[in-house]
Amino acid sequence: MWVIKYRKIFYSISGILVTASFVSIAIWGVKPGIDFTGGTLIEVAYPAGRPDQTKIASQLAVIDPVASIRSSVTKDGEEEFIIRMKPITQAEKASVFSALSIDAENKAVEKNYSSIGPVLGGEALRKSLWSIALVIIAIVLFITFAFRKVAEPVSSWKYGLVAIVALIHDVIIPTGVFSVLSHYAGYEVDTLFVTALLVVLGFSVHDTIVVFDRVRENLRLGSGNKAFSQIVGESISQTFTRSINTSLTTLIALIVLYIFGGSTTEHFSLALIIGIAAGTYSSIFIGSPLLVTIEKLGSKGDSSGKSKNKFSQ
Amino acid sequence: MIKHRARAVMLLIIAAAIGYFVYISQNPGSTHQFRLGLDLSGGTHLVYQADVSKLASEDIKDSMSSLRDVVERRVNMFGVSEPLVQTEQAAALSSKESAYKLIVELPGVTDVDEAVRSIGATPSLEFKLLTADQMRSFQASSTSISSSTELEAAYLALFKPTGLTGSMVAKAALEFNNTTNQPVVGLTFTSEGRDLFSKITKDNIGNYLGIFLDGKDISVPVIRDQISDGKGQISGTFTLDEAKKLVRDLNYGALPVPITLISTQTIGPSLGEASVKGGLKAGVIAFIIIAIFLIIWYRLPGVVAVVALGCYIALNLAIFKIGVSPALFIIILFFGVLSIFWHRGFLAGIPISYVLLALVPGGLSPVTLTATGIAGFILSIGMAVDANILIFERMREELARGASIWDAMHQGFDRAWLSIRDSNTSSIITGIILYEFGSSAVITGFALVFVVGVVVSMFTAITASRLFLYAVAPSRASKFTLFLVNNGFFRRKSSI
Repeated sequence: MWVIKYRKIFYSISGILVTASFVSIAIWGVKPGIDFTGGTLIEVAYPAGRPDQTKIASQLAVIDPVASIRSSVTKDGEEEFIIRMKPITQAEKASVFSALSIDAENKAVEKNYSSIGPVLGGEALRKSLWSIALVIIAIVLFITFAFRKVAEPVSSWKYGLVAIVALIHDVIIPTGVFSVLSHYAGYEVDTLFVTALLVVLGFSVHDTIVVFDRVRENLRLGSGNKAFSQIVGESISQTFTRSINTSLTTLIALIVLYIFGGSTTEHFSLALIIGIAAGTYSSIFIGSPLLVTIEKLGSKGDSSGKSKNKFSQ
Repeated sequence: MIKHRARAVMLLIIAAAIGYFVYISQNPGSTHQFRLGLDLSGGTHLVYQADVSKLASEDIKDSMSSLRDVVERRVNMFGVSEPLVQTEQAAALSSKESAYKLIVELPGVTDVDEAVRSIGATPSLEFKLLTADQMRSFQASSTSISSSTELEAAYLALFKPTGLTGSMVAKAALEFNNTTNQPVVGLTFTSEGRDLFSKITKDNIGNYLGIFLDGKDISVPVIRDQISDGKGQISGTFTLDEAKKLVRDLNYGALPVPITLISTQTIGPSLGEASVKGGLKAGVIAFIIIAIFLIIWYRLPGVVAVVALGCYIALNLAIFKIGVSPALFIIILFFGVLSIFWHRGFLAGIPISYVLLALVPGGLSPVTLTATGIAGFILSIGMAVDANILIFERMREELARGASIWDAMHQGFDRAWLSIRDSNTSSIITGIILYEFGSSAVITGFALVFVVGVVVSMFTAITASRLFLYAVAPSRASKFTLFLVNNGFFRRKSSI
């Protein structure tokens, strides 16, 4: 099977992508959304013409010196400002709006407003990190359980371990892409992004399990004295069309959502598209080949050289 | 064969009926319209942090529920349709200071400032005047107005504010009426209040002084004399507890638990509308493209998959409408598994438990759809195809091995089941963790839709897809029928 044969090439492709993601995260970091840090995000439109951005900036600086203003144009061609600043109270909100309207000169219309206190932000961050950790732990336990009857030549917890390596791969790549996008286009990593990552985790494991499941079945069928690498190779080729087709239908749904779904879910669907593409790649080209690599490492000391695959009940 | 066809037709009729229900219940006035979250309908989401540090731990629960009641009363006065007021107590992973929260959702309200003021205010105790003449003419005309709510509104509108409010009350105390022994609330005004009260009572002898608490009239005594000592009394038809509560509210501020606003989110209605329209459009387009792909690649089974996907969508949307609690998922899954491995009769457990769950208050409230929920649903359409694809790929392998069409179908379902079960279980685990730890309605809304989607897709794959395929499968193997049930365009080596 060519996937197994050329696995080092596929490892390198992933290695390069993961390294690039790490470098990007290290250099540019990610821009956390206000739902993690606490803060205020205001989206305002100006039906009677948008005032000069620098004018507003100087007015706002009085209230919050580190407030940032970004101009944006909606799909309907409406010109808006998106303001990000420290958390404000209801009382402060009035003065912020008079600043945005340059003292009633250009009336600002509020389209979207959220102000989140730092306490709630910290809580959201903590919950997000916990849910990622819990999902990963639950998945390892589940895979170890589901594959408990497979002990030879690779014990069941190693299937879980391999799935985790694939998962980390799938989470790092979209984070890296968002780190680049946050530097160049102001994309933020918010609770929605974390939700997208968790879905990617779910999808990627879903995909990886289908291949593992085939390996499990082929081991049980005891295909003679075939080498483990050959069994894995066959399993990959048997599930290959399915993996591609399922990912394709899911990606179709997501790309359509990205194009037509409206601004609320735009970044969310982008994160999912990147993550699911990475997840499909990893379940075919990383997960199962890694099983072979682990088996090869384990059998190096074996004098017979050829791995046996016994199915132990 | 006939048996399968009859069953398939029956299933189609049921699915069509469900689809019709989904469609017809969107008509205005129906009680089963989709429930849209704030991000879609527009409105305001407020989160308050409740300070329970001064309360004894055994009182916290009661205080929080009375806090909820007070705030709900005030919000209702604000005239919002279907407001949501709920408390969140010691949720998973919240820090100590934010352990107790009050969440207020006001659909359609964009004047947040006003709403926030009225929620956080001290109890609005107001004294308003009504002249004796007005009272007489009102009583004379009252017979001409039939509706009692209109009557009350007209009555309340007659009162004129005096400027005397609860903020001018220095002290409130529980007292008892000497003759009736009824509990009354004694008020001592501040010096400013005393002067105003003295002036009002002096100028309006014979008129009525209405005492309003949170906008509701609790007593409307007649002013008999000027009162200049700064002392007043509220004598409504209080129970002892109500009087005590009013005293406490007036002395210690409005709410049983002090609250601070820690998050405000306002979504304009236009943005929500765009999300709904976009989501709907995306769903339809995605479905069409996926359907075309499935039919071209998988031919006859592809058509079956598309029909099954239609059933999936109808069933899913119906569940959003009638509501499903997480408990019901577990029950459906449990009985579903039992019926597959044990006996079909266990399927009867699903409607029975549904009826039982319907008796639990709130157990079957509709799924609130958010923008992310719609995204989750569209994602699930893509993923729901997976079980079908797994089965069809398996069928093709069996055909390649030389199995008959009929055997290939049976084997295909049997062999694919383990993959379907294990892979979907991991997705459900992810969904449940998301639901439990989701920090906002945005995430839990997504997680709920996602889990419903995965469970329903498993169900439709093993029931609808299987039945339809059996019903339409050609019984004789010819070159043409084999082409129909086979798939793909590349000849693949049977072993590599």
